[in-house]
Amino acid sequence: MSSDHNDEGRRDFLMVAAGSFAAVGAAGALWPLVDQMNPDASAKALASIEVDLSPIKEGQAVTVMWRGKPVFIRKRTAEEIKQAVSADTTDMRDPQVDGDRAKKPEWLVLIGICTHLGCIPRGQSTGDVHGDFGGWFCPCHGSHYDTSGRIRKGPAPTNLEVPPYAFISDTKIKIG
Amino acid sequence: MSDHSSSYVPSNGFTRWLDERLPIIRLMYDSFIVFPTPRNLNYLWTFGGILTFCLVAQIITGIVIAMHFVPHGDHAFASVEHLMRDVNWGDLIRYTHAVGASMFFAAAYIHLFRGLYYGSYKSPREIIWIFGVVILLLMIITAFMGYSLVWGQMSFWAVTVITNLFTAIPIVGEGITQWIWGGYSVGDPTLNRLFSLHYLFPFIIAALVGLHIWALHVVGSNNPTGVEVKSKTDTIPFFPFYVIKDGFMVVVFMLLFSWFVFYAPNYLGHSDNFIEANPLQTPPHIVPEWYFLPFYAILRAIPDKLFGVIAMVAAIVVLFVIPWLDTSKIKSVSKRPLFMPFFWLFVITCFALGYLGAKAPEGYFLIASQLFTAYYFIFFIIIMPVIGLIETPKELPDSITEAVEGQSGKEGASS
Amino acid sequence: MNSILKTITKLTALFSAAVVSGIIFTSSALAAGGTGPEIKRQEWSFGGFNGQYDKAQLQRGFGVYKEVCASCHGMKLLSYRNLIQKGGPEFSKEQALAIAKEATVIDGVDADGEPKERPGKLSDRFQGPFKNENEARSANNGAYPPDFSVLAKARTIHRHVPWYTEPYYWGYDMVTAYEEKGSDYIYALLTGYGTAPKGVVMGDGMNYNKYFPGHQIAMAAPLSEDAVEYADGTPTTMEQHAKDVTAFMAWASEPHLNARKNLGKRVQIYLLIFAFLLFLAKKSVWARLKH
Repeated sequence: MSSDHNDEGRRDFLMVAAGSFAAVGAAGALWPLVDQMNPDASAKALASIEVDLSPIKEGQAVTVMWRGKPVFIRKRTAEEIKQAVSADTTDMRDPQVDGDRAKKPEWLVLIGICTHLGCIPRGQSTGDVHGDFGGWFCPCHGSHYDTSGRIRKGPAPTNLEVPPYAFISDTKIKIG
Repeated sequence: MSDHSSSYVPSNGFTRWLDERLPIIRLMYDSFIVFPTPRNLNYLWTFGGILTFCLVAQIITGIVIAMHFVPHGDHAFASVEHLMRDVNWGDLIRYTHAVGASMFFAAAYIHLFRGLYYGSYKSPREIIWIFGVVILLLMIITAFMGYSLVWGQMSFWAVTVITNLFTAIPIVGEGITQWIWGGYSVGDPTLNRLFSLHYLFPFIIAALVGLHIWALHVVGSNNPTGVEVKSKTDTIPFFPFYVIKDGFMVVVFMLLFSWFVFYAPNYLGHSDNFIEANPLQTPPHIVPEWYFLPFYAILRAIPDKLFGVIAMVAAIVVLFVIPWLDTSKIKSVSKRPLFMPFFWLFVITCFALGYLGAKAPEGYFLIASQLFTAYYFIFFIIIMPVIGLIETPKELPDSITEAVEGQSGKEGASS
Repeated sequence: MNSILKTITKLTALFSAAVVSGIIFTSSALAAGGTGPEIKRQEWSFGGFNGQYDKAQLQRGFGVYKEVCASCHGMKLLSYRNLIQKGGPEFSKEQALAIAKEATVIDGVDADGEPKERPGKLSDRFQGPFKNENEARSANNGAYPPDFSVLAKARTIHRHVPWYTEPYYWGYDMVTAYEEKGSDYIYALLTGYGTAPKGVVMGDGMNYNKYFPGHQIAMAAPLSEDAVEYADGTPTTMEQHAKDVTAFMAWASEPHLNARKNLGKRVQIYLLIFAFLLFLAKKSVWARLKH
């Protein structure tokens, strides 16, 4: 009967309409339950830090915490800069010129985590071991990094990571 | 009625393979698709589905909150505020959980009163009823523990008052109370264990809900006439008829739920719980959440500490034995005219006790609490047994089909 | 037997009616609410289901907090960055940074073990005026100025109405989404100072307030006309100061109110449509039962 047919059609439309409403609602209800695990506002507030470079003297290095990781900031001496710039990149495991790693030659900003298995390399203090290339030395498995933070000897696969940073004045950088 | 033949036929190779090893789809099909359900259920029967929704909502929002909550006295209150302010959607998740507890109890009380009015506790449904009362008891304990976690003034002092009640037990009371506290007063050990148990209990409730539904499916649902299912024409399959009806009511329920969550999230709470817990300062009026007020009124109606506790506990324990207190063979109160006024007076009593639970127990409020407490117990212990023996019930329809279609065979689909 | 029970039922009904009427007609003793004059429900821009904070009011309110209240009241659960976020006073990043920098924050210890100080950052929490509760009490005659973070939610009012009308007001408050009881209380308190009536003996250093429970409050009247300058030209009456700082305190307690109520409208419309669709679907499905 045609009225049954109409009813069937109406029923189908209602089912599709109700079903799609349910799906949209379920997705809308589900998203906050997933998003709440993302970094919250207090974590995001610490996502970038500003560092005042003026107290750091030439040849000195400081370590700051950024997003839970140590960041090495070194004010390089002329000698260290010369070594970094003039090094031959052809034999490097992870070839990179120093110009691509330091925005200003006297300032080196690196994430202080060895790219091998995550230890923190030594070389920040003046009395520390610096490895065979004058930069940093990781005591865990013997990776040697040069004065540009590049891996020169040892098992680490890549150079020490350069975090995103920018100079917001001559003596201040913002990391992240 | 429990009919052990299943009509499920697996539709493809995978479902056939699964059915031979773990017939879970068959179980779902038999229980929630084709399950024969009385065709004349009214909207009060949708609250079981609503309660399931509430339990799932509380568990999901609760697990999410537990990712941010810190169960230590120094950090609990601040961690809740951190959730409210910094965590993405944290304010809505917290409010859903808090309002959800109230919604859960509102639905549970309606579900319970439906059972009382229609005699759903009578044979052969005693076990379903008993599981229901156990679930209610666990809900009460779970909600109490959850409220305490906020570690506001009301949280802290509610825990202090209620755990102090255990000292009323002679000889072992003091020891039991210190065992509960984990110290000589409510403190950090108490908070930590309340958190652990608050996380655990909802899963015990979920298991009991499974048993509650299993027991229901053995004997089948009650219906508004109180006349048991006699033939196939009395029933309709659960899907689609009651799935769509339950679904509709869940969304209507969500409308009320969301009104509170989005517009009046703190309305059902108490402002004192936004004051950090202070063990050296008691709030002027310690009041539990609204869903505990009737029991609180009963507790304070009796001036003696031990007997007050006994009365409050008895108010729940008496619910367990209702199937044996009520002597009437007629299920629905609508067919029991002598009993009906006493039933409605009982409903009024519960509301009155709820109102009185928020008042100071003195003067007229105290007298009223005592009168209504007396009636609460008289209703169960005297009226239920006696009326069933002396009443003249109204005539029952011969069957559900007759009730729905009328004796002349007139058409009338129920909805 | 039936007739005896009928008699008992009738007597019970009569007795209850007597008790209930007795209570109604002695209702003055049972008026809901505490002592003191009734606290009026104020109009707040953020009240009701349509409510939203007024950004300009929150900025003025923060000004009052900073100039007047912050010397005694902390706000330790908020951070300076909250001043920038949407739905709040929405100060610019520079303005908020300037406010943060005025604060001194202790951040770690130096090489000698002494606490290291630095100016505040956006990510820091609001620094309170006192190191701890003891210092706060000793500076305030033994009284502790409560923290503002959730104070607007930690206070409430009680209506002075006959007990049997209370259920009506419960419903009324639910339907009108009356969540601002705390704000109404705070506004009443701030504007409720006055001279003690005859015969009332004030305690040492205490101030008379119409609405404070017990009427004796340790805090002296904090606001007065022209106490704080308003950059936007709003009249600097005492009542305006009170209104603005209370609104600010409400925001401090409930910073996401704007987004919550906005989303609420969408959710309610969605659920209404969904419920209607499901109702039609239900009717359609059940129509199959007609033979």
